[in-house]
Amino acid sequence: MKLASRHLLQLEGMSKEELTLILDTARSFREVLERPIKKVPPLQGKTIANMFFESSTRTRLSFELAERRLSADVVSFTTAGSSVSKGETLKDTARNIEAMKIDMVVIRHASAGAPHFLSRVVEANIINAGDGQHEHPTQGLLDMHTLREKHGTLEGLRVCIVGDILHSRVARSNIHGLKTMGAEVSVCGPRPLMPREIERWGVKVYYRLEEVIPQVDALNVLRIQLERQKSGLFPSLREYHRYFGVTRDKTEKAERSLTIMHPGPINRDVELSADLADSEHSVILEQVTNGVAVRMAILYLLGTTGSAATSPEKGA
Amino acid sequence: MNILLKGGRVLDPASGLDAERDIHIVDGRIEQVGPSLSVKNAELIPMKGKWVTPGLIDIHVHLREPGFEHKETIETGCQSAREGGFTAVCCMPNTNPAIDDESVARYVRQKGREVLGGIVDVYPIAAATKARKGEELAPIAELVEAGAVGLSDDGAPIANAEIMRRVLEYSSMFGIVVIQHAEEPTMTKGGCVHEGFVSTRAGLSGIPSVSEELCIARDLILLRYVPKAKYHVAHISTRGAIEMVREGKKKGLSVTAEVTPHHFTMTDEAVLTYDTNTKMNPPLRTKDDVEAVIEGLRDGTIDVIATDHAPHTIDEKEVEYTVAPFGIVGLETAVGLTLTRLVKPGILGPLQAIAKMTTNARAVVGLPQVKIEAGQPANITMIDPDETWTVEASRLRSKSKNTPFSGMTLTGRSIGIIHNAEMYRRTS
Repeated sequence: MKLASRHLLQLEGMSKEELTLILDTARSFREVLERPIKKVPPLQGKTIANMFFESSTRTRLSFELAERRLSADVVSFTTAGSSVSKGETLKDTARNIEAMKIDMVVIRHASAGAPHFLSRVVEANIINAGDGQHEHPTQGLLDMHTLREKHGTLEGLRVCIVGDILHSRVARSNIHGLKTMGAEVSVCGPRPLMPREIERWGVKVYYRLEEVIPQVDALNVLRIQLERQKSGLFPSLREYHRYFGVTRDKTEKAERSLTIMHPGPINRDVELSADLADSEHSVILEQVTNGVAVRMAILYLLGTTGSAATSPEKGA
Repeated sequence: MNILLKGGRVLDPASGLDAERDIHIVDGRIEQVGPSLSVKNAELIPMKGKWVTPGLIDIHVHLREPGFEHKETIETGCQSAREGGFTAVCCMPNTNPAIDDESVARYVRQKGREVLGGIVDVYPIAAATKARKGEELAPIAELVEAGAVGLSDDGAPIANAEIMRRVLEYSSMFGIVVIQHAEEPTMTKGGCVHEGFVSTRAGLSGIPSVSEELCIARDLILLRYVPKAKYHVAHISTRGAIEMVREGKKKGLSVTAEVTPHHFTMTDEAVLTYDTNTKMNPPLRTKDDVEAVIEGLRDGTIDVIATDHAPHTIDEKEVEYTVAPFGIVGLETAVGLTLTRLVKPGILGPLQAIAKMTTNARAVVGLPQVKIEAGQPANITMIDPDETWTVEASRLRSKSKNTPFSGMTLTGRSIGIIHNAEMYRRTS
């Protein structure tokens, strides 16, 4: 069993078999991470560029760590703003990097579709580390992995994603991945932050947290950004916290114990109360550890099936 | 010039003629039209199975000159028009400087006369407001005198209601049409694709259909308040907008509308590839909107097919979707798309389709009608309705190659034009 594509651009369209392969592979890498010596050799000799056109701490560190633990050579850069504002196009940047004989590119970009664009103009394997408001497939996978480890299976698991769904790439990747694996997915947040026609993905939409909490096994709480308030999408962080903030008094109404996830970084006591973030319900730090394992799995699966840039025929 | 177009199917919407005719043309003038003419010494052009129509006009084209000659010039734009079967184009004023001053309008007209032996007429559409900012009226009377055939801030809407009212009032004194790029700008900031399920899937910011409809609704209310103004909706794209224009016409308002070939051919599903040649404004809409467009074309709500030919270089387009400029080129694919998508499936009859690129279009911008009659200047487009061909972006005559139709197989293509005593026959 191999992945159908040589890139990881999005979870939308990936099959259950492919997702299972990634999650199973992640499980074995998770074991590697518990060993005293955490480094394994499969990507020895491969060079990976982490191109972050948007600032990021944890995703970039997580990728770099995953790459090094697989013995790849790693180069990274972060630049804020679009490449166009710098005077060099994304295409030129990518081609320059490729000219340095890079095998794989991990890209984060503020523009949706930037990884898809790169996959058409360079030969390296492309891994999407978050593109605009589109997808963040490795985050989706690590959330799925975390839930699967905690609950044993994703089949029939009831997960609600809470917050700014409209602008969230994490929400989109979660919806696609979880739905494909047989989970029941719902979303909850203020209506202006709900993307149009989201019901067509087969997710249930809630506008009241109290209504959805008793019906789910896990909440994936998204970060809310203050700038959305300025563009008139919700009135204030205070009101947001009061109605959509996940707090102990709301979760106590759940009949069973809830799993609480957050992609980070958390605005404590805004979308998620500090005590819950640090409680026994929270798997937030598990998510971080699993992030490394899932990224190792992706890099391994894409990097060891032969990339065009390094295959002998292509190099001749 | 002494030629005999032999046995072609003459489609002349002005007279309603749809029949096989021979046409004898001498020095740019139609000498005779009739069944089986015999003329000595004339160059015989066999037209059996081909269409002979009045010269097509595209009333929505961006020629980019002055100011953006790296994208297109009046000359290359006219080459593209000539290749696509157009003997006239109306060019939009979003140049630099904008066509908001009579000197620029005269420059564009003059340049049009000079290039390609004048085989393609170039009629400027002038800005409705100074620098297309929507704040103060452009010198409309002077622009009309300089040859402007319409007023538009195209690329941007005339958003301010008070200014729109005054533009309608002032323009009505000259009978010149106001062409609205319908968009409520407070709702479209940052948007790059139609807002709906596809924008949700793609994670791209949306341009809601209501932003187009709000603008048209307001304009129609203003139009009722300002009798005798002429109002034309550029590149109409939503079901709601089409329904309002249909109602407006029923109420006797002086409203007309055009649609682009891409809005009757493609849906917003195409943007999921993130190919920036699917990014245009108005955006590609849903299947339901395309069905409404088709219905609007069929029942006459949509009067005109116009391309919104919008050249951009490869470097400008080969960037991230969110930063790419809006627009695609259209002059060379318009006939093929119209015949393939509308005539072949029987949505429009040949005469109806041709009317939307000739008589109806000329009426909107107030140009005299072209007729295929003895004594008239020969202004003719020749079309092979059966030629099957594959669009190749690299082979377009336009200076820019930004088309989403590359690789698409079309049936129907211009084979040449005759105008201003010049004949052009496509060679490849």
